[in-house]
Amino acid sequence: MEKKHIYMLVASLVIVIFSLIINSGAEFAGADGMAEEVISQINQDYSPWFSPLWEPPSGEIESLLFSLQAAIGALIIGYYFGILKGKRQVKNDSGKNIV
Amino acid sequence: MRFLMVLILVFVIPSFGFSMHIMEGFLPPAHATFWYILSIPFFTYGLFAIRKILKENPKQKMLLAFVAAFAFVLSAMKIPSVTGSCSHPTGVGLGAIIFGPTTMTVLGAIVLLFQALLLAHGGITTLGANVFSMAIVGPLVSYFVYKLLMKTGKRTLAVFLAAFLGDLLTYVTTSFQLALAFPDKSYGMWYSFAKFLGIFAVTQIPLAIIEGFLTVVVLDMILKYNEEIALGGER
Repeated sequence: MEKKHIYMLVASLVIVIFSLIINSGAEFAGADGMAEEVISQINQDYSPWFSPLWEPPSGEIESLLFSLQAAIGALIIGYYFGILKGKRQVKNDSGKNIV
Repeated sequence: MRFLMVLILVFVIPSFGFSMHIMEGFLPPAHATFWYILSIPFFTYGLFAIRKILKENPKQKMLLAFVAAFAFVLSAMKIPSVTGSCSHPTGVGLGAIIFGPTTMTVLGAIVLLFQALLLAHGGITTLGANVFSMAIVGPLVSYFVYKLLMKTGKRTLAVFLAAFLGDLLTYVTTSFQLALAFPDKSYGMWYSFAKFLGIFAVTQIPLAIIEGFLTVVVLDMILKYNEEIALGGER
């Protein structure tokens, strides 16, 4: 990992922490919830004509599914980098074995 | 009377719809259909593009799974923003740079379908519109920004701005879609557009910067071990 990359990751963290600090009293709800409010201001008569087929029964179940989504994705990402790294290692090692 | 209406709305609107996509049932049927029809050609083309990738270079199957996983992870991360609300990156810029834009239309649609069915985020009726913003406009912007900026030869800058703008324009598109469906009664559509932009796009700016950084880091890591990858869909 280059220095540039470390700066970028640190900067990302700083952006998140900065957001939490300057707006420490805020709810940090989803942006779409705010959009719903605007929609109900613009058009008070509108009601959704279709509702989700299934909704997670609670916030806990919802965060379970979200973390599963992230975990499965992270697993694949880690697996891929593992393969790449392993391949390179084998290449280097086989060079050593000859000598 | 108005109070009663608001009260009814509060109960009608699902209390937790925290997805950053357009919520289920929140586009009138004509709009929902329109965005579906507009998205289908891109999706179909993407299916052929993926088939071509797998046929010509079966080794890239793993990389394809990787870019899908990247979009999966990033769109699961709800990150606080300066506006005091949360939103998430899209993660489609990376795949668009590596495999071209329509490949990400298919992968992005899968992510959106998963969130609509299992998390009640986004929706089946609004899937066409959400695919259009996140999996068509986003990747197209990323792809062309990358192509254009690579002419300067600065890859880091090209990748960063590609991912940043692709992410941001996704939410500009969402704002436009909502404004089309909900024009302000006295000030018109552009007034609504400005209002939705104020929510989605402003929240998204810091997250788009983060997405830009992450995309640069991850793409550089892939290239470090895998020099033979041709970026920009050039094979």
